[in-house]
Formats: sequence, structure tokens, C-alpha cells
Amino acid sequence: MTEGRLTLEGVTKLFPVRKRVFTLKVRNFVHAVDNVSMGVERGEMFGLVGESGCGKTTTGKLIVKLLEPTRGKITVDGVDVTRIRRGKPLRAFRRKVQMIFQDPYESLNPRFTVYDTVAEPLGLQGLRSLAEREATVAEILSAVGLTPPETFMFRFPHELSGGQRQRVAIARAMVIRPQFVVADEPTSMLDVSIRAGVMDLLVALRRELGVSYLYVTHDLAVARYMCDRMAVMYLGKIVEQGPVEEVLRNPVHPYTRALISAVPVPDPTVRRDPPDIRGDVAAPIDPPPQCRFLSRCPKSGTVCERNNHPDLEEVLPGHLVACYRARD
Amino acid sequence: MPLLDLQGLTMQYRTKMGPVHAVDDVSLAMEAGEALGLVGESGCGKTSVAMTLLRLLPDNAEIVGGQVWFQGVDLLSLSEQEMRRVRWGGISMVFQAAMNSLNPVYRVGDQIVEAIQEHQHLSDRQARARVAELFHLVGLDPKLMERYPHEYSGGMKQRAVIAMALACSPKLIIADEPTTALDVIVQDRILRRINEVRTQLNMSMMYISHDIAVIAEVSQRIGVMYAGKLVEVADTVTVFKRPAHPYTIALMSAFPSIQGEKRPLAQLPGEPPNLLAPPPGCRFHPRCPHASEVCTREEPRMEKVDPGHGVACWHPQGRGRD
Repeated sequence: MTEGRLTLEGVTKLFPVRKRVFTLKVRNFVHAVDNVSMGVERGEMFGLVGESGCGKTTTGKLIVKLLEPTRGKITVDGVDVTRIRRGKPLRAFRRKVQMIFQDPYESLNPRFTVYDTVAEPLGLQGLRSLAEREATVAEILSAVGLTPPETFMFRFPHELSGGQRQRVAIARAMVIRPQFVVADEPTSMLDVSIRAGVMDLLVALRRELGVSYLYVTHDLAVARYMCDRMAVMYLGKIVEQGPVEEVLRNPVHPYTRALISAVPVPDPTVRRDPPDIRGDVAAPIDPPPQCRFLSRCPKSGTVCERNNHPDLEEVLPGHLVACYRARD
Repeated sequence: MPLLDLQGLTMQYRTKMGPVHAVDDVSLAMEAGEALGLVGESGCGKTSVAMTLLRLLPDNAEIVGGQVWFQGVDLLSLSEQEMRRVRWGGISMVFQAAMNSLNPVYRVGDQIVEAIQEHQHLSDRQARARVAELFHLVGLDPKLMERYPHEYSGGMKQRAVIAMALACSPKLIIADEPTTALDVIVQDRILRRINEVRTQLNMSMMYISHDIAVIAEVSQRIGVMYAGKLVEVADTVTVFKRPAHPYTIALMSAFPSIQGEKRPLAQLPGEPPNLLAPPPGCRFHPRCPHASEVCTREEPRMEKVDPGHGVACWHPQGRGRD
């Protein structure tokens, strides 16, 4: 059964950087996503976490075909995303895969009413009659908590609050009943009292519509609240992957450990140890072949210096780690 | 005598649609050496409180009531020139997105030297030595003084801005979301450094943030704001463990955590009010699960429910009260 299933195999995305203005040939590349392989099952909520610049958003954009990978294969429902041609096949793909963006102030067209925004994707589905469209839009608006839908349908984005805008963006992504949704930090711009509502809405829609999510976030606490499994990225590589609770309780990769211990805890009686990590994140421009984390790693040894970046290996069933010292 | 004492501070923004009641009757005192966290959602007035007490307000803002006592002087009665001496020397501020407040065409060290010489009579050499000292204090290599802002990472810029805020040895530093744009590992380093520097210099700090997890780590006492009002003040542990205001209770349980039991998050119905026309009575009543008739009619005053624990609510929660 491949329905709604997403796989990435050796996916790499390089962005050219020009060091000199007047050279024609680009010699340097940012390795934004570097040989990433993973799979998301149907109905699953999969978290992709990491710091800014780690390649998590680029991975999301590759999946929804807003970017083309340099190498590697991405499949949704068994169909190779990179080989989809423009026109009909692409429209069919867009029907299946949708994206929710971070900033609801930028992702909505200010000249479109809520109805225009949410009804636009219905054209893809060939819902032609106005009555049909209106009914469908009303239904999805109620589902995302914009009730009663009639009062919201003909408002413009500037008449809505941030939380309501994000709900409109979610309605737009969900109205054509996609199988797979990439949600890129959908709650990070929202205020706390609104945020919980939007997070719970995404969970509820997953149950009701059976969508699978790739949930991109920098916030481990949000990933814990939302996701079943997660992958931790560092400079374009997945360094650890597994069930969320398992990764948070028994992190193996030194980077994951550092990341977890750096997260502030909303409890003044808890004292955290400082994260065990050196230096700052380097830009992944033509990185050396060794482990990306080598220069910052507290546990690095000669194995790490002599070999290429380690592959992901299973340390426990379903828990994968890319580290030579994982078993030490 | 407290170091800083705000009494009934009220500030409005004049707009075409009428006055926006951004800060309304806020009273709050801070002792020397104290770390106070000011927490609330965007638009609740926490930054406006800081801007009001420093008198760094835009032209359309008007302080309509209250006093700001700092070291026994009412800052609102000072001339603009006297006020300039208070900023930097008495109170300094690290702004939100402070990393963008460095001038890109000057060396970072020179910018801090300029700030120091503006306020203190020091020779170039003395001032540079002072900057090197400050760089040490915030954990930057003094060699970086000769570099330009674009050669700094986000975390380094933030440290430089903190060094600049410390330049004239202020009694009080106001930090407005100084780590919001940073990644957690960098944030952790900055927060630890801020805590160290503060205790080392016995400085007071007002830390403004929407993130209760960060607030929990840097403050001894917390003030919770909602819609321009201060709704609860208490020491940090009390605010987290025994909050009394229904808004504080909701806020505390609306944050997911990576530690402890995984629990459902509290949801508040509705949205924060429009401050052009705040609801009558308690500003929180339309969203409050405990609201009664009196809440819609009369504004609750800040009352002590315990020593050092003030709540502005007709129905404070917890421990058999109400």
C-alpha cells in the first residue's frame, strides 16, 4: 500500500554561490540538503526539526515541488515527484500534496476574499458550479473553526487576526482533501493563546481527513506535542531519527543531545545543564567529506576524522543515528 | 526605596480612529539587583511599558497619567537633556532585533567607544580598554572589536549589543526579547551570560518576552500583562506553580514542554481585545471561564492575595479562595 506514503531517497539540493561577481562558472555550492533518505507513512505526523539553515524548509519545498532536487528521488504514492511533467500530471500532483506556510501575513493574497482564497484550488478539482463551491468552502471553514462561515467568507485578510489568517491558509490547503501536507512552522508566528488552538486543529484534521504531515519546526516542544516520529537535521543531513518520545528521552547523537539540553523549560524549578557543544554553525558551502558535526562535537575521535560523514544506522528498532560513536 | 517604581502609568497612542489604550494604570516596583520578567502576548503593552518609562515614545503617544520613580527621581518630570543622561547611565535597553541596531559601516568596537565617550569623559585609549573589558564580559574575543557587523553571526551581534548596553554601567537594563530571533543553542549561551553578568555586576534587569520558558529561566519575579494591564505579579515559582489570575493560568498551560508529562494544551476562546475599544470592566472577561456579572461592569484593582503576590481579578483562583 503506497497511498499517501512519502519517500525520499538520497535527496540532495545544492545552491550555487558566486564568490566573485565576474566569473561565469560557479564553483561553490551550498549543500542545503545532502543525501537525505526518509519515509513518512500514511496518516503519520512526521516532524523535521533543526536550527535555522539546517535545510528543513528546503526539504519541505522539494517535496511539494517548489524546488527541484539536484540528485535523488522523491515519491508520493509511488509516483516519482521529480519526473512529473507540467500540465495535467502536475495539477494532479498538486491535488495530492499541499503546503502550509509560516507567515499568514505573507501567504494570503490581500486582494482576495477568504472565499476567493479557499475556492481557488477547487478549480483544480473541476468543481464548477457555484453552489457546490460555496458549500465546500463553507464546510472547510467550519472545519477550521471559522464559524459561522458566512461571516468570514467575504472578508479580506486585513480584517482577520493572525490566528484567523492561519486558519484560512489551512483551509486553503485542506479544501481539496490532499493526502499529504507539508506544514512549515505553521504556528511559530502566532501568539500563545491562539497557537494551541491551531496546533489542535491540525491534529484534528489529520484524524478527520486522514492526511499525513511533514511538520517542519525549530521548536522541539512543538514537535513533541504534534508528531509521532521526527528527524533532526544538521547542516543538510539527518543526524537522528525515531519516535519523538524515544529521541527526546534517549538522544544518541551529540547534536541532538545539545539541542535538547538547550531548550528552555517552562518550569522555574528545573535546572538544565549547559549543552555540550563547541563553536557556531558553519555555512554548508562545500563542506569537507567528514561528519558535518565534527568541528563542534564533544565526542569526536580519530574514526570521525578519518571517515566520511556516517550513514544512519539503527541503534534500537526505528531509532536511527548517524554517528560513529553512537555505541560508545 | 525601590530602584524603579512605576505608579499608575498610563499611556495612549492617538490614532485616526481614537486613542489606543496601550498601557493602562500599570504599577510595578523593582528592587536593586532584581531580575523581573514581563510576560504577555504581542500587543499586550509590555514593550510600551519600557518605552514609556524611558520616554522613547513616538510623537503620537501621550503619557496621560502616573509617575516613574527611578532612584528617587520622577523621570516624567525631567527635561529631555536630563533624560538622556538617565538612558545609558541609569537605564539602558537592549531592543528587539537588536542585531539590526548596529551601524553596518562602522567597526563594532568604534560604535561602542562612541557611545561611551558620549556619556563619559574617557580618552580613546581608556574607552577602548573599557570596550575590551565589556567584550570579555559578554564572551566575545576583544579582537572582534576591529570587525564590522556583517562579519558577526547573529549571536555575536546580540552579545555586542548587550556589551553596548552595559557600557556606562547602568543600574537597570531592559532587555526586550533579546534572544527571540536566535536559535536555541545560541539563545542558551546568551541567557547564561546575561544571568552571570547580572549577578556579577549586581545589576537589575527587566526582561521582556512572550516566551514563558525563557522568562522562567531569567527572572526572580514575574509581571503578567494582558491588553495593556498588569494582571498578576509574584515571584517566579508562585506564578508558575500557583497562578491566581485565569489568564496567567491559561498562559502557563498553553506552552508545550519537552520535559514532564505530555499534556493537552489550554485553549483560550476568542482573541485579545482591540485596544481602541477595550471591553468594559475586566479586559479579560470575554475570554474568561470564571467571568461573572461584576467582571463585565467594574475593573478589578490589583490586590494582594499573599505577601508579594498581587492579582487584578474579581475571582482569583486557587487554594480555597473564591
